[in-house]
Amino acid sequence: MASRRAWTPWAFLAPYLALFTAFVIAPVLLGLWISLHDWDFTLPGKPFVGLGNYADLFDPSSVTFAPFWNAMRATGIFTVCAVPLLLVVPLAVALVMNQGFRGRNAFRTIFFAPYVLGVAVVGLLWRFLLDANIGVVNALLGAIGLSGDTAWLSSVPAAWVSLVGVTIWWTLGFNAVIFLAGLQDVPGELYEAARVDGAGAWGRFRHVTLPSLRPVTMFVTMVTIIASANMFGQSFIMTKGAPGQETRTAIYYIAETGLQNFQMGSAAAGSWILTLALMLLSVVVFAVFRERKGARA
Amino acid sequence: MNPTLGHQSLPSPMSRRGFLTLGAVGTLGLLAGCGGGKGVGDTGAQGVGGFTGGAYKGPDLDLAYWNGFTGGDGPAMTALVKKFNASEDKITIKPNTIEWADFYQRLPAATKAGKGPDVGAMHLDQLASNAARKVIVPLDDLADSLGLAESDFTGAVWGPGIYQGKRYGIPLDVHCLAMYYNQDHFDKAGITEAPTDAASFDAACQKLQKAGFETPFWVPNKWPAHLMFLSLLWQNGGAPYAEDGSAATYDDEAGVKGLTWMVDQIKKGYSPTNVDADAQYLAFKNGKTSITWDGIWQINDLDASGLNWAMAPLPTIGDQPASWANSHHFFLTELAAKDTNRANASKSFIGWMSKQSAAWSKAGMIPARNSAREEAAFTDSKQYVLKDYLENLHFLPPVPGLGDVQPQTLEVAVNEAVLQKTSVDAALSKSAANATKLMEANLKKFGA
Repeated sequence: MASRRAWTPWAFLAPYLALFTAFVIAPVLLGLWISLHDWDFTLPGKPFVGLGNYADLFDPSSVTFAPFWNAMRATGIFTVCAVPLLLVVPLAVALVMNQGFRGRNAFRTIFFAPYVLGVAVVGLLWRFLLDANIGVVNALLGAIGLSGDTAWLSSVPAAWVSLVGVTIWWTLGFNAVIFLAGLQDVPGELYEAARVDGAGAWGRFRHVTLPSLRPVTMFVTMVTIIASANMFGQSFIMTKGAPGQETRTAIYYIAETGLQNFQMGSAAAGSWILTLALMLLSVVVFAVFRERKGARA
Repeated sequence: MNPTLGHQSLPSPMSRRGFLTLGAVGTLGLLAGCGGGKGVGDTGAQGVGGFTGGAYKGPDLDLAYWNGFTGGDGPAMTALVKKFNASEDKITIKPNTIEWADFYQRLPAATKAGKGPDVGAMHLDQLASNAARKVIVPLDDLADSLGLAESDFTGAVWGPGIYQGKRYGIPLDVHCLAMYYNQDHFDKAGITEAPTDAASFDAACQKLQKAGFETPFWVPNKWPAHLMFLSLLWQNGGAPYAEDGSAATYDDEAGVKGLTWMVDQIKKGYSPTNVDADAQYLAFKNGKTSITWDGIWQINDLDASGLNWAMAPLPTIGDQPASWANSHHFFLTELAAKDTNRANASKSFIGWMSKQSAAWSKAGMIPARNSAREEAAFTDSKQYVLKDYLENLHFLPPVPGLGDVQPQTLEVAVNEAVLQKTSVDAALSKSAANATKLMEANLKKFGA
């Protein structure tokens, strides 16, 4: 009996563990191994270069330094701009959706609908809408007397406005639905109690809604940061990295280097650096949320 | 829907003097190779399967045929495959059409994984890379048995099909940039002849502006901007890359002149600023601009659009006529080469296709075979106006890995300069320096 008990949990875990090992652990380790080589999978020779690929990424005189850090910076810019908006806007939308009013379901659908589209559809659609010279957006802006010649896809910072804006339009529905689920879990008595205590709408939001949403907010923050840091499709399709390589994100760089240029070693090293940066960021986010909780307790 | 999308990743580009040299070197290499030496791959002798040019006599089989003809050229290829399948009872061709950008990523991966095609078509400037990666195998025996020689083809497409002394591709066509113009706009502006040089081009743009076409010539910042730049570089007597693959040389005076001219078209107001991807072509199709430089494969799409258009060779903006060009070549993969029957069946298919070069004119291309360019299919085609321009076409040198280097360097430089983010000099010299470093690394990697 005892021995049976010992292996029972493992038996239940085995299917997942097998998949996890095959599709996560093994590729991660292989990636680490690849990053130590000059790895072109089409060639028989894959010379071991030690930390050479990493050294190149940190050596300003190497060919890979500028494109890689430029891509990391692009990822940083996008994440810093997109994440706060992807928290605030969906929360606002969720608050409205949580009210009882006529046409609420239609409203919910309208906000969630773009999320079901693939990035290729969204990207192509907006690429043509935002085209500087033949796009509808500039034509409309011109028609109402505003400047109709903004290069939405080929100048910065306009390209960042486009990329962030389109991403918000596309994905806010997902975050809003999570927030909405969180809002619906907030016990009604808390609001009643707050009301009795004389709290206004803002007070109720600050002291009841926000604290109750903390776990949900933390989840949404983490997921959004990781999704934003992995942004690729939007700039690949809409701006093609232009102007120059300014909107080429880290994932874009990694995909291009590894899959198109066959420099798997360099791409693997780059993705390890990106991974470490993201892990560090996750720790910071956890710390931020935990500290607040402690302060309140 | 947008045919230009299918072509954005046509890997690009190359120089004519270099070409002639290569042709000569290649021919010598071919002669030397006739002794039946070892192929580059592990697959042994050149001419796997001992193909002798006769009909395929083995068991019935299906051949996987990959290509990237997704644009106006697609229907013409589908028709040819149908015709082949109808004419041949032992071989069935199963075509798989993939956008060129994905094609060049997937082909090596699929072939190395044992899932690739038997036979396919790729661009001339990708042959060396794929030969060096041992994705494709030599076809000298096919060329010999079909009796193909350099003299059968338009000059520059034969030589670069040879890598390290062995032939890897059988040419199908030649395609280049040409100048398209809106006939109605030209009539309204009183322009009777297509511009042929810098002065007449400038005069035409001014006349068009006077006739109310404010921005007659849009200069794109993405595809095909780098092909325009390469054409202008050659027109000014430059060459983009050293023939031995050791350096990028497009940042010289010729390159600066060429790119400066492109930027000047924007400064003069002939082109709007920030012309985004595909916008210049869509604008041309919709009559918003009067002149555009694009690939001749757009012919079918423009015909379908109902626009009243005409085509002419690129005007000679520099000192000599020149245009970027590329060519589709048939190849045999290492996978097919491992099986004598598959190899022979594939070669029969390639041999048959190579004779259809004239019918392929329907795709908007120029047949690579000299004899095919005398057939009605070509002489009646729109691209026939380019018949005397063939000797001015330039191709990229057959350097492995060049197709990967160019998008990261030259294309970025052209983009930055056209968007006027960086000066022409600075953009070209920085990118050429990086390209040289990447090319040096490639030389080492491919052991050339």
